[in-house]
Amino acid sequence: MRRFLRSGHDPARERLKRDLFQFNKTVEHGFPHQPSALGYSPALRILAIGTRSGAVKLYGAPGVEFMGLHRENNAVVQIHFLPGQCQLVTLLDDNSLHLWSLKAKGGVSELQEDESFTLRGPPGAAPSATQITVVLPHSSSKTLYLGTESGSVFAVQVPGFRPLEDRTISSDAVLQRLPEEARQRRVFEMVEALQEHPRDPNQVLIGYSRGLIVIWDLRGSRVLCHFLCSQQLDSVCWQRDGRLIVSCHSDGSYCQWPVNPDTQQGEPLRSCVPYGPFPCKAITKIFWLTTKQGLPFTIFQGGMPRASYGDRHCISVVHDGQQTAFDFTSRVIDFTVLREADPAAAFDDPSALVVLAEEELVVLDLRTAGWPPVQPPYLASLHCSAITCSHHVSNIPLKLWERIIAAGSWQNTHFSAMEWPVDGGTSLAPTPPQRDLLLTGHEDGTVRFWDASGVCLRLLYKLSTVPVFLTDSDPGEHLHAQGEDEWPPLRKVGSFDPYSDDPRLGIQKIFLCKYSGYLAVAGTAGQVLVLELNDEEAEHAVEQAEADLLQDQEGYRWKGHERLCARPGPVRFEPGFQPFVLVQCQPPAVVTSLALHSEWRLVAFGTSHGFGLFDHQQRRQVFVKCTLHPSDQLALEGPLSRVKSLKKSLRQSFRRMRRSRVSKRRPAGSPGEVPGRSGRAERTGLQNMELAPVQRKIEARTAEDSFTGFVRTLYFADTYLRDSSRHCPSLWAGTNGGTVYAFALHVPPAERRTDEPVRAEQVKEIQLMHRAPVVGILVLDGHSVPLPEPLEVAHDLSKSPDMQGSHQLLVVSEEQFKVFTLPKVSARLKLKLTALEGSRVRRVSVAHFGSCRAEDYGEHHLAVLTNLGDIQVVSLPLLRPQVRYSCIRREDVSGIASCVFTKHGQGFYLISPSEFERFSLSTKWLVEPRCLVDSAETKHHNRPRNGSGPEKALGRARNSGSQSDGEEKRPDPVMAHALLSDERVLKEIQSTLEGDRGSYGDWRSQQVAMRYGLSKGEAK
Amino acid sequence: MNRSHRHGAGSGCLGTMEVKSKFGAEFRRFSLERSKPGKFEEFYGLLQHVHKIPNVDVLVGYADIHGDLLPINNDDNYHKAVSTANPLLRIFIQKKEEADYSAFGTDTLIKKKNVLTNVLRPDNHRKKPHIVISMPQDFRPVSSIIDVDILPETHRRVRLYKYGTEKPLGFYIRDGSSVRVTPHGLEKVPGIFISRLVPGGLAQSTGLLAVNDEVLEVNGIEVSGKSLDQVTDMMIANSRNLIITVRPANQRNNVVRNSRTSGSSGQSTDNSLLGYPQQMEPSFEPEDEDSDEDDIVIEDNGVPQQIPKAVPTTESLESLTQMELNLESGQNGFIPSNEVSLTPAASGTNTEFETRVPNQKLLEEDGTIITL
Repeated sequence: MRRFLRSGHDPARERLKRDLFQFNKTVEHGFPHQPSALGYSPALRILAIGTRSGAVKLYGAPGVEFMGLHRENNAVVQIHFLPGQCQLVTLLDDNSLHLWSLKAKGGVSELQEDESFTLRGPPGAAPSATQITVVLPHSSSKTLYLGTESGSVFAVQVPGFRPLEDRTISSDAVLQRLPEEARQRRVFEMVEALQEHPRDPNQVLIGYSRGLIVIWDLRGSRVLCHFLCSQQLDSVCWQRDGRLIVSCHSDGSYCQWPVNPDTQQGEPLRSCVPYGPFPCKAITKIFWLTTKQGLPFTIFQGGMPRASYGDRHCISVVHDGQQTAFDFTSRVIDFTVLREADPAAAFDDPSALVVLAEEELVVLDLRTAGWPPVQPPYLASLHCSAITCSHHVSNIPLKLWERIIAAGSWQNTHFSAMEWPVDGGTSLAPTPPQRDLLLTGHEDGTVRFWDASGVCLRLLYKLSTVPVFLTDSDPGEHLHAQGEDEWPPLRKVGSFDPYSDDPRLGIQKIFLCKYSGYLAVAGTAGQVLVLELNDEEAEHAVEQAEADLLQDQEGYRWKGHERLCARPGPVRFEPGFQPFVLVQCQPPAVVTSLALHSEWRLVAFGTSHGFGLFDHQQRRQVFVKCTLHPSDQLALEGPLSRVKSLKKSLRQSFRRMRRSRVSKRRPAGSPGEVPGRSGRAERTGLQNMELAPVQRKIEARTAEDSFTGFVRTLYFADTYLRDSSRHCPSLWAGTNGGTVYAFALHVPPAERRTDEPVRAEQVKEIQLMHRAPVVGILVLDGHSVPLPEPLEVAHDLSKSPDMQGSHQLLVVSEEQFKVFTLPKVSARLKLKLTALEGSRVRRVSVAHFGSCRAEDYGEHHLAVLTNLGDIQVVSLPLLRPQVRYSCIRREDVSGIASCVFTKHGQGFYLISPSEFERFSLSTKWLVEPRCLVDSAETKHHNRPRNGSGPEKALGRARNSGSQSDGEEKRPDPVMAHALLSDERVLKEIQSTLEGDRGSYGDWRSQQVAMRYGLSKGEAK
Repeated sequence: MNRSHRHGAGSGCLGTMEVKSKFGAEFRRFSLERSKPGKFEEFYGLLQHVHKIPNVDVLVGYADIHGDLLPINNDDNYHKAVSTANPLLRIFIQKKEEADYSAFGTDTLIKKKNVLTNVLRPDNHRKKPHIVISMPQDFRPVSSIIDVDILPETHRRVRLYKYGTEKPLGFYIRDGSSVRVTPHGLEKVPGIFISRLVPGGLAQSTGLLAVNDEVLEVNGIEVSGKSLDQVTDMMIANSRNLIITVRPANQRNNVVRNSRTSGSSGQSTDNSLLGYPQQMEPSFEPEDEDSDEDDIVIEDNGVPQQIPKAVPTTESLESLTQMELNLESGQNGFIPSNEVSLTPAASGTNTEFETRVPNQKLLEEDGTIITL
C-alpha cells in the first residue's frame, strides 16, 4: 500500500493533476458572526460590516462582495467610508485606525489594507486623551477628525495618516471661545458626536457627553453657536439644510435646536420623551429626515420604557402620525437610513432603513405604507434556527427549480416589492453554469432551500415539518397580534429565532431526488417523512407506519426521548413539499442515515439500532434489520445515559481545572483551599489528575465497542449481487462497527408495482476486521465509473452504466478505502489512511473533476475530508491519493462535521453558526465573487440595474480558458426563451445542462442540438 | 557411543555402576559397565528380564541428580542417565497401560521425545503442580525485537502480535518533550511517550516496552509532528500488527549488536498462551503484514449444507458468534488477505483456499474466514 503513496512522479499525470485540481476558499455565505460595526457609502451604494474578529465585509449589488481581515484580531468598532472615494477607514477596539481601499486590478476590484495608524498624544498624556470615540471623514476626503475621550478633536491627514497638530480642537480652546455664561460648568468630557455641516464644509458640530453642543468654524477657529442640554448627550443629527439640530439623550428624550448664529437660544425648540412619562432608556442614535411632502421622518434607536420594555432591542420610526417600534430578536449593533445621496438635493426622502442586528440584517422599506421588510439577496441568517444538517444537490432541473421558487414566493408575500436598495458595484462573475440547491435542516424542524448556484446564497423556500406533529406550542400564539392602541407600538421583525419548541423536531438527514421531486427528511426522534412537491395547497392525512428496529431483541428498555405524536386527521399544507408518509422508528432514536430511491419508490433509513426499508408507493414496510450488538447497552438505552454523561462531564471539568492550573503552576492542596467534608477526597483526586498527563489508551477495537450497530450509511445500487449474469436492485448498509449488509431487492415491474410486494433478502454481510465505522459505500460499473443516480438514466440525463464488465464495490471506512469485486466479494485494492497518517475519514463523496484545459476531459474521484480538517482527493478506481489541502482547523469540530461536498468538487462548511465557507477543489467549477466598484461610475447612480447581467461581464473567467468564456454566457438568452416554451423543450435544455453525466464536455455539440430543438418547438 | 568415557572417573566404583530398578513394589539391583552401557534396547530387554515381565510394555524413567524423574526412551537419554548417575542409577518402571502420563506430560508422551517431567515420588505427584514445557513449534510469538542490525543501539523496534481478542494490547501514550541534539545545540522537542502499561496486557508481558519510553515510529512512520490523537489513531489502526520504534527510557538493557544477529533475533514469548493449546501456529510468517485484511463475508444463496469446517470454533472467534452472524444459512465467499496488486486475484485466492482448508487454525490466524 505504501507503494501507492510513493508512486513515481509521472510528469504527465502531475501536469494533468494541475489541470484538474486546485484548492480555493472562494466565498463566505451567510451572516457574519458577531458583527460589531456598520458602514454605508451613499456614493458607492455599498454596505460594510465589521466583526469582532477583525473582518471587514463589503456588500453591494448581489454578487458584489469583498472581504478583508485585519492582521490584528481585534473587534472593528467603527467603519467610515471616505466621501466619494473607494476608501474606508476602520477603527478597532485597540484604538488603531486602518485605511482600506478598493483597487481595480485586471478589471476586478480588490479590497486591501493600505495603512494603519494609532493616535499618539503628547508624552505623559493619559491613554484616554487619545482614545478615539468618534471619527468624522471630512467631505474634502483629505482629513479625518477624531473625537476622543479627553474631549479633544484631532485632525489627521489621509492618506498617510499624518497628524495635523495645528488643527487640533482641544476642549480648552473651545472653552475659551465660549461666551462667559456657558463657561461655568464643566461640560466637556468625551466627544460623543462630530458632524460636518450638510452644506458648509467649514462648519463642524461637536457634541460632548455632558450635554454641550458647539458648532465650530474650522477656518476661523471659533464657536459659531452653542447649545446646552440638561441631559447626557448620546447622539446628534443635523437636518439636511443645516438649520436644525436634533440631539438625543440618555434619559430617552430628544431635542430640536434651531441653528441661528445670531440669536443664541438657551432652550430647545422642542423636547420630547417619545415613550414617557415613566423613566426610559437612552436614545442612542437618531435620524431626522426631511421629505418632499413636508413631514419629516424621525428614526431613533432605544428610548423604551425602562421597567416594562427595557430589555427590547427597538428602533422606532415616526412619520406622519404613524409610529412603529420595530422589535428585533437580537441586539441592534447599528443602523443607517438610505436616502437621497446627492448633497445638493433639497430633501432626504429616505427610502430604506438598514438595521444591523447581532444575528441578522433587516432592511425596511420606508416608501411603502406599513414599512414592510425587504428580502436581502445575501447576508441570510443561516442560523435562524441552529443548523443540524445540510445536503447539497447539484444541477437542479429547471422545472423543479421553478416549482420550488413558486412555492417559496407564496411564503414571501410579506416582503416589500422594492428592489434591493444596496446595489453598488458591478458583478463580473459569469452566470452560474447550473442551478444548485443547498438544503439545510434546522433544530426547529424546518428545511431551508438555498440557491447555492452563485455568490449569493439566497433563500428560495422554507419547509416546515412541524404541522405533522402535535407540539406544545399553540399555533394561535404566533398570530396573537398587538392591539390597535397598544403602546409602545411594537412590531417584531426579522427571522432570527433560535428557540426551538421541541428539540425532537430537529432535522438530521435530508435526501432530495431532483428528478421526481420526492424529498425524504428524517429527524431526531426517529421520524422519517416522505414528501412530494405539490404546487397547490392541500389538506390530507399523513399515512403513518411504525418500524420496530428491535423486533427480535427482548428485554431492552429505551431510556431516551419519546417519539413525537403525529397530529391525527387531515392537515392543511401550503404549496410546496407536502408529506404523505411518516415512518416512525422504534425506539425513537436519532435517524443516522437516509436514502431515497425515487425510481423504485423506496426509502431506507437507519438509526443506532438498525435499518429499515419502506415502500412509499404501497405504503408498506419491506423489512427491518437490527444491527445491535447484544452488549451495546448504551445504544439501547439512548443518549440520556446518565452514568456516562456524568463521568464525561466530570472528566471534562477536571481537564479544564488542570488546564487552568498549568498556567498558574502553584502547589495544590494547601489546607483550607477546598472547604467542606468531601474536600479531601476531591483534593487528592485533583492531585492525581494533575500528576497524570493527558494520555490515550492504545487498544484494538473490539466487537463490544459501543455503538457498533449505529447505521452510518445507506446506498441503493442496481448491480450484480448474487451472480455475474443478472443484476438486480440492492440496498447496502454500513455500520459503525465496520459491517456492511447487502440486501437483494425484488421490485415488481411498473405494471404490477402497485399490487405485488417489494421483497428483500439478505445476500451478503461483510465484516471489516479493522472494525472502523463505514462512512461510504459505492458501486462502480464496468468502466469503473460510479453508478448514476436513480432516474438519471431514465431521464436520458446520463449514459447508462456499463453492465457488461464486472462491477466493483467501494467501501470507505473511517480508516481505509477498499475495493471489492462483485458479485463474488474479494478484495482488490485498498488504501489505508489512518494506519499511515493517523487521520480518519469524516466525509467522503464522489465528485467529477473537469479539466480547465481540455473541455471534454473529466475524471470521477473521491473528495475526502479527514478529522484533521484536510481535504484529499483519492482517485477512482485505483485509490491513489492525488492532492491534499488543509482546509479546516483540526480543532474546529463543528466545521468538520458540517462539511458537504458537491458533485463537482466544491464544498461548504460552517465557519460559525451563521456562515458557510465555500471552497473549491476543482479548477473548472469555481464560484467566487468577481466584481468592480468604480468611484467615477457612481456619479450617475441611476444607471440601469444590471444584477449579474452577462452583458457587462468584462473580465474573462480566471480559471477557464478564454475560448470557453463566451461559451458560458451564451445560454442565457436561450434560457429566457425556454421559460416560455413547452415542456419538451425544457426537457431538452435540461438534458443539455445536465451534460454527459456531469462532464461538461459535450456542451458545444449539445447546444447545437438544443437550438435545433428550440426552433422545432417554436414551429409547433 | 563412547562419549560416556569421560565421565567414568567420577565414581569410586571402578568402571561399574550400581542400578536399582523399581517396578511396582519390587526392587531389583544389578550393575552395569559404566564405560559400555550399550544401547537402550538392550537395556530395556535387560530390565524386562530382571523384573520377569518379558511381554509387558513399560515406560522407563530415572531420577537424575536433581531428583527429577526423567524418561529413558532412546540411546541419548540412556547414556545421559548412565553417565550422570552417581553413585547409583535409580530406575522407575511403569506399565504403559497403567502409566501415569502426567508424570511425563501428556503430549510429550505422544511425541516421545524431549520429555521432561518433574515428579519425585510417583504416589504424591498429582498434588504438585507440574510445568509442561511445549515444543518450540507450539509457541506463538507475541512480540519480537526486529531490525536490530539497522537501528541505532539506542533505539528498539518492537513488534506486537495481536491475536484475536483474548489479551489487550494494554498501554497508554502521552505527550511529552525530549531533548535532541541539533546543529543549534540541545533543543527540547515535543514527543510521544508511553505513559502506562496495563498489568497483564500484551505490552507489559513482553517486557520490551516500559513507561517513559519515547515512541519514535509507528509501523515505519515517524510520529514527530503528529498529534497525540493522530498517533493514537495510527496505533489503533495498526493494532493487529503493531511495530513501534522506541527509545527506551532505560538504556542499559539494549540489545548488544552481534555481527551475525539477524532481524528475527530476540523473540520473546508469552507463557500464558499455553493456556490456549489449540491456538498454535506451526509456521509464523513475519512478512504477513496485512493481518487486518481478514474481512469476513457471509453470503446467502441458500446452500447451507456446504458450510465447510471453517466455522470458527476457537475462542478467539467468539466475537463472530457474538456478532450474530447468520451462519446456518450462509454461503461462503473468500476474501483474499494479502494482495495489493491491481490485477484481480480471485483465482489465486481460491487455490490458496484449497490448500489451507484442512488447517482451520491457519485460516483463523490469517483471519480469512470463509463460510461457504
